[in-house]
Amino acid sequence: MKLIKNELEIEAEAVKLRTVISFIDEQLEAVGCPMKTQLQIELAVEEIFVNIASYAYAPGTGTVQIKTVISGEPPVAEITFIDHGVRYDPLSRDDPNVKLPPSERKIGGLGIFLTKKNMDNVSYEYRDGCNILVMRKLLINQ
Amino acid sequence: MNDLILTKTKDNDVLTVVANGRIDADNSSEFREEIKCSLDGITKIVFDFQDLTYISSAGLRVLLDLYKLFKNKMPGYSDIVIRKPTETVYETLDVTGYVDILTIEM
Repeated sequence: MKLIKNELEIEAEAVKLRTVISFIDEQLEAVGCPMKTQLQIELAVEEIFVNIASYAYAPGTGTVQIKTVISGEPPVAEITFIDHGVRYDPLSRDDPNVKLPPSERKIGGLGIFLTKKNMDNVSYEYRDGCNILVMRKLLINQ
Repeated sequence: MNDLILTKTKDNDVLTVVANGRIDADNSSEFREEIKCSLDGITKIVFDFQDLTYISSAGLRVLLDLYKLFKNKMPGYSDIVIRKPTETVYETLDVTGYVDILTIEM
């Protein structure tokens, strides 16, 4: 299939979540992405965007650039988040222990865990003052 | 509430909540408040999730908070049931270990 590329630059604020999800959905729907795969990608996108909105620029504000590329046969979606907030590698934290009883569970950590579980591949690098998170997923029913 | 319709029914001490739509970071606070304000005299909450297409970690956090709140209020005999979760929602509950905390009815 032909290459689809798009880009959105948006304020890193939780209230923009639905705009971000719509931006992603439009492109996935255009290539006939299976619904289940789309929901899995939405989940990963929400977790990463909300993380950036909550922590990257706190207590100030800033923007995040979201780039999407869909290419190949079967198609693969690659979604990149770029922010220039505080340096933070979300992949550096340990996965939460999902066998713990409720009383011992801590707030946080589930979002990035769900991102890793729902995408085929997630990577992070810090370059030129920017946090760059890239995630990929094959757009077939898995 | 944005993209989420909740229908609550009380039958004696059982609160049934039919959730239609999605629970995410955008509406999870409202979701929490909607349930919290209906817990008087309740010993069991049944969440009917057959029309819930999506839940993110923000929604899971609310479920865990409600679980803790509820267990503290009614230790020993309170229960939270998730009825008929959709495939994607079930997978999220499963991978995070929530299937071991909440009662799942398929």
